[in-house]
Amino acid sequence: MITIAPVRKQVTVAASQQRAFALFTTEMSRWWPATHSILKSPLKQYIVEPCVGGRWYAVAEDGSTGQTGYVIEWQPPQRLVLAWQLSGDWQFDPELVTEVEVRFIAESASSTRVELEHRNLQRMGEKAMQIRGMVDAPGGWTAILEHFKKCAAG
Amino acid sequence: MAYQAAFLALADPTRRQVFEQLRHGPKPVGIIAAQMPVSRPAVSQHLGVLKKAGLVADRAEGTRRVYYIDPQGLASIRMWLDQFWEDALRAFKAELENEESNG
Repeated sequence: MITIAPVRKQVTVAASQQRAFALFTTEMSRWWPATHSILKSPLKQYIVEPCVGGRWYAVAEDGSTGQTGYVIEWQPPQRLVLAWQLSGDWQFDPELVTEVEVRFIAESASSTRVELEHRNLQRMGEKAMQIRGMVDAPGGWTAILEHFKKCAAG
Repeated sequence: MAYQAAFLALADPTRRQVFEQLRHGPKPVGIIAAQMPVSRPAVSQHLGVLKKAGLVADRAEGTRRVYYIDPQGLASIRMWLDQFWEDALRAFKAELENEESNG
C-alpha cells in the first residue's frame, strides 16, 4: 500500500473565528486564487453550499460551472471537511474522494489560527492505476496516450 | 506536470509489468528479467524510464543494484498541492487583512 503524507498548512489571521470561517466558506470567491480555476472562462463565484452534502463548485463568467467536491462535515465556526474530487489532471471525478479538513482555532477575540489538512492523496494515484487497468484494449487509453505523446512531441 | 510523466511511463504494458514486479518488494534487474519475456538490457531500460518518471528508486546492495517502488513517486502531485494550499491560504489571509484595514 502506497501512501502519500497529507499536505498540512496553517496560517494565523487577524479576525474572529466566526469571521474567518465565514470568509473561508461563504465568500470563497473573494480570496480563491484566480489562477486556480478549473474553468475556461474567468471565475465569477466559488460556492460552498453551507450544509453536509452541499456542493462545492465554481461558476465562471460565461455561466459554465465546474464541481470541485462536496461538504463532508459542516461545524461552523470551528471545523469544515470538504471532499476534493479533482484528479491529478484537474478533472472532476465523482468516484475520487480526497479530504480537505479546515480547523478554525480562536486564539483571541480577534485572532484565529487556521489549520488545513489535505489527505488521502494516494487515492489520486490509485485511481489513475485503475483507469490504466481498465482501458488496456487496443484503441483504448493506450491509443489515446500515444496520440497525446505525439501531440506533445510535435 | 510530473504526474503526467508517471502516467505516460506506465502506459507501456511491458514497463507496467516491470513496475508490477516491484509491488512485492525490492528486486535486482536480473530477477525481474528472469520473470519477463524481454532481455535484461530491455528491463534496465524500462527501469530507467520508471526512475526518471519518479516511480521507482534504486540502491546498491553489495555488488548489485536493487530497484523498488518509490514511495514518494506519486508525490509530485503532493508537492503541487502543497504549493497550491500555501498560495491559497496566503490569499485568504491577505483578503481578511485588507478587509480589516478598510473596515
